[in-house]
Amino acid sequence: MARDAAPAAAKPARVGWRPWAAGLGPLLLLVALVAAFLRFGPVGVLRKPFPPVEELTIERIAFPHPGELRVRVVNGGPEPSTVAQVLVDDAVWRHELDGGRTIGRLDGRTITVPYPWVEGEPLTVTLVTATGLTFSAEVPVATETPAVGRRYLATFALLGVYAGVVPVFLGLLWLPFLRGLSRRWIDFFLSLTVGLLVFLGVEALAEALEVAGRVSAAFQGTALVLLGVAGTWLALAALGQRRAGKGGAHTPSDVAMLIALGIGLHNLGEGLAIGTSYATGEIALGTFLVVGFLIHNTTEGLGIVAPIARERTPLRRLLLLGALAGLPTVLGAWIGGFSYSPLWTTLFLAVGVGAIAQVVVQLWKLFAREPGGGLTSPLNTAGLLLGMAIMYATGLLVAG
Amino acid sequence: MMQDTPPDEVEPDEEGEPVRLTRRELLRAGALSAAGLAAAGGALALPVRGAGQGVLADTPAVGHPAHGDHDVVRGGHGSHADMMAVGELAPGGFDPTAFLTRFDGGKVSRLPSGQTLREYEMVASEVEIEVAPGVIFPAWAYNGQVPGPTIRCTEGDRVRVRFVNGSTHPHTIHFHGVHAAGMDGAFEMVQPGGQFTYEFDAEPFGLHLYHCHAVPLKRHIHKGLYGVFLVDPPQGRPPARELVMVMNGFDTNFDGKNEVYAVNTVAHHFQKHPIVVRVGETVRLYVVNITEFDLINSFHLHGNFFRSYRTGTDLERFELTDTVMLCQGERAVLEFTYRFPGPYLFHAHQSEFVELGWTGIFDVHGGADGA
Repeated sequence: MARDAAPAAAKPARVGWRPWAAGLGPLLLLVALVAAFLRFGPVGVLRKPFPPVEELTIERIAFPHPGELRVRVVNGGPEPSTVAQVLVDDAVWRHELDGGRTIGRLDGRTITVPYPWVEGEPLTVTLVTATGLTFSAEVPVATETPAVGRRYLATFALLGVYAGVVPVFLGLLWLPFLRGLSRRWIDFFLSLTVGLLVFLGVEALAEALEVAGRVSAAFQGTALVLLGVAGTWLALAALGQRRAGKGGAHTPSDVAMLIALGIGLHNLGEGLAIGTSYATGEIALGTFLVVGFLIHNTTEGLGIVAPIARERTPLRRLLLLGALAGLPTVLGAWIGGFSYSPLWTTLFLAVGVGAIAQVVVQLWKLFAREPGGGLTSPLNTAGLLLGMAIMYATGLLVAG
Repeated sequence: MMQDTPPDEVEPDEEGEPVRLTRRELLRAGALSAAGLAAAGGALALPVRGAGQGVLADTPAVGHPAHGDHDVVRGGHGSHADMMAVGELAPGGFDPTAFLTRFDGGKVSRLPSGQTLREYEMVASEVEIEVAPGVIFPAWAYNGQVPGPTIRCTEGDRVRVRFVNGSTHPHTIHFHGVHAAGMDGAFEMVQPGGQFTYEFDAEPFGLHLYHCHAVPLKRHIHKGLYGVFLVDPPQGRPPARELVMVMNGFDTNFDGKNEVYAVNTVAHHFQKHPIVVRVGETVRLYVVNITEFDLINSFHLHGNFFRSYRTGTDLERFELTDTVMLCQGERAVLEFTYRFPGPYLFHAHQSEFVELGWTGIFDVHGGADGA
């Protein structure tokens, strides 16, 4: 079939329905085979007398108001699973499901439990299935889950502004300073930017993989990371190619935009983390933490303006760059504060990693175009290492 | 208690663990860190056991606590109505209430010597039982029920038990009591498809038990091979309302800890279906502890004190108390009379057991005007 299809594809003039039909052949056979299996069951050897592995994942435990908690559970196992009883801190508790007790594959339920949880104390929820298996999740600190409303929207926005927007714009103010430098030193700061970005990228990748481990197995968290990273990387590359025309290389201004986008996506993830932790009582946003974020993220602004130090950039464009890099923190804080899903978080993070990887490559190309130096000149290498060191050191400020 | 000790059959394929966020993690990530998990909770996937599968109809999604036969449990937050297994048992299964008063005297005849002969037939089999509404446990059982039938005889009777092993593992019946070594059910394993006849004179009188003594012991006992062996004194005990309560537990996910505790197998059964007794009526409980994994269990009665006859082997000496502690295999005969009507809890005084099902209610009727 393939042999028939290949020459046909090579001669566009003769393309008809035949090659497509040939391509569909195996698909139709597959459909028929699956239907036969579903109808008549698999060959006997595949079946075992004991129950299939059940796999329920508790995605989120929310505390809408005192005396009640809500458990979001997803069935990532190969077969439907039935929730028979619910235990809270090893006590059988009354509860209601928002649907039937049997949860289909990849389906989910929200379970409402009238439990008198104690503010500030940990709590474990265990689901007992019909086969007696148990699936547990622990909340380290029980605290009322913020409801979407003006008060919490403002709170989370403020958090995002503190942690992302303000520092990025502060960093942009380095532009006049950079303008006054010789090319040698601008290259140094560009190298430093590469260092910052590599650090952020690795950080985000590690985090994406970590969160991916908590995604219900059926949704294949690690594969999601790959899709997010590779997809974003390729999409940005294709986009850049269109913009840059035949040359394939980006203008400094494009690179700045890319950096802002990459940092923005990264800050979205940071916002998610801050919002979630705040909502679940895991962080009290103390003075020290705010100061830490300010210093840590100010370097991001420097990274954005480094490539355009010698360009003429209108103020509006600068503001756009700052907004692109900083505002996603606010968005992330909202999402993280009001609803959290390991699946979407994994994807967000992976997208950020892909974007940052693409930015690093573009910066590298920017260097390659310039005569002499490059990233491996002593000064630039020092800048690259310093960039990473700065991120590491300022990171310590936020460590608790 | 439901933490994740690997069970002995299958390795866990995935384990979550509680996630505690530190600021370090938060920053380190710079992106979504374990923080998210605070809300999400790490999912804890426990492995499956390699045993029978419970087939369960889709029970009603909205579970309200059943009020039972008598609406004696008051509602409201913090009340016992919230801390309760949801739903009802599938009809037609084991009835813990019926088990309270079901005594098996066996097939009675008289030996040439004039001695009473009681003959029993016991079959070990693998059955699925419901240990809480909707929770199916792959049990090993004598005569298809957990606990097995309550064997009752009088001191000095000849007891003859023909035991047939209808399951796929070797089993025995080990009776507590005074008998010959060969009748002890400890060394002669009865292989699948095999049989063995235990014969001995019932002595001494008291409240005893029987259970499988095949190894591994924990598994053979916690899966349900046990029952009550009650030997009455020759002169009998004073008349009373007699109830059998077997304290047991079930390790439904086979991690070496019980997920369900009860008297007579079903979690919270006697809280939903209180036991009705009358003011002034003498109640005699035959309480046997066969809970596996936990060292001790206990019985506590509300609004009253009882006479505790340890092992039931003495009719005169007793302790007046409201809480009795029983080790695995220990038992006691408890007698009491209620003076005031109304609902009274009885439960283990281990709160953990209470919250996982071992609690019930005596609903005392009558005598309101006189009391």
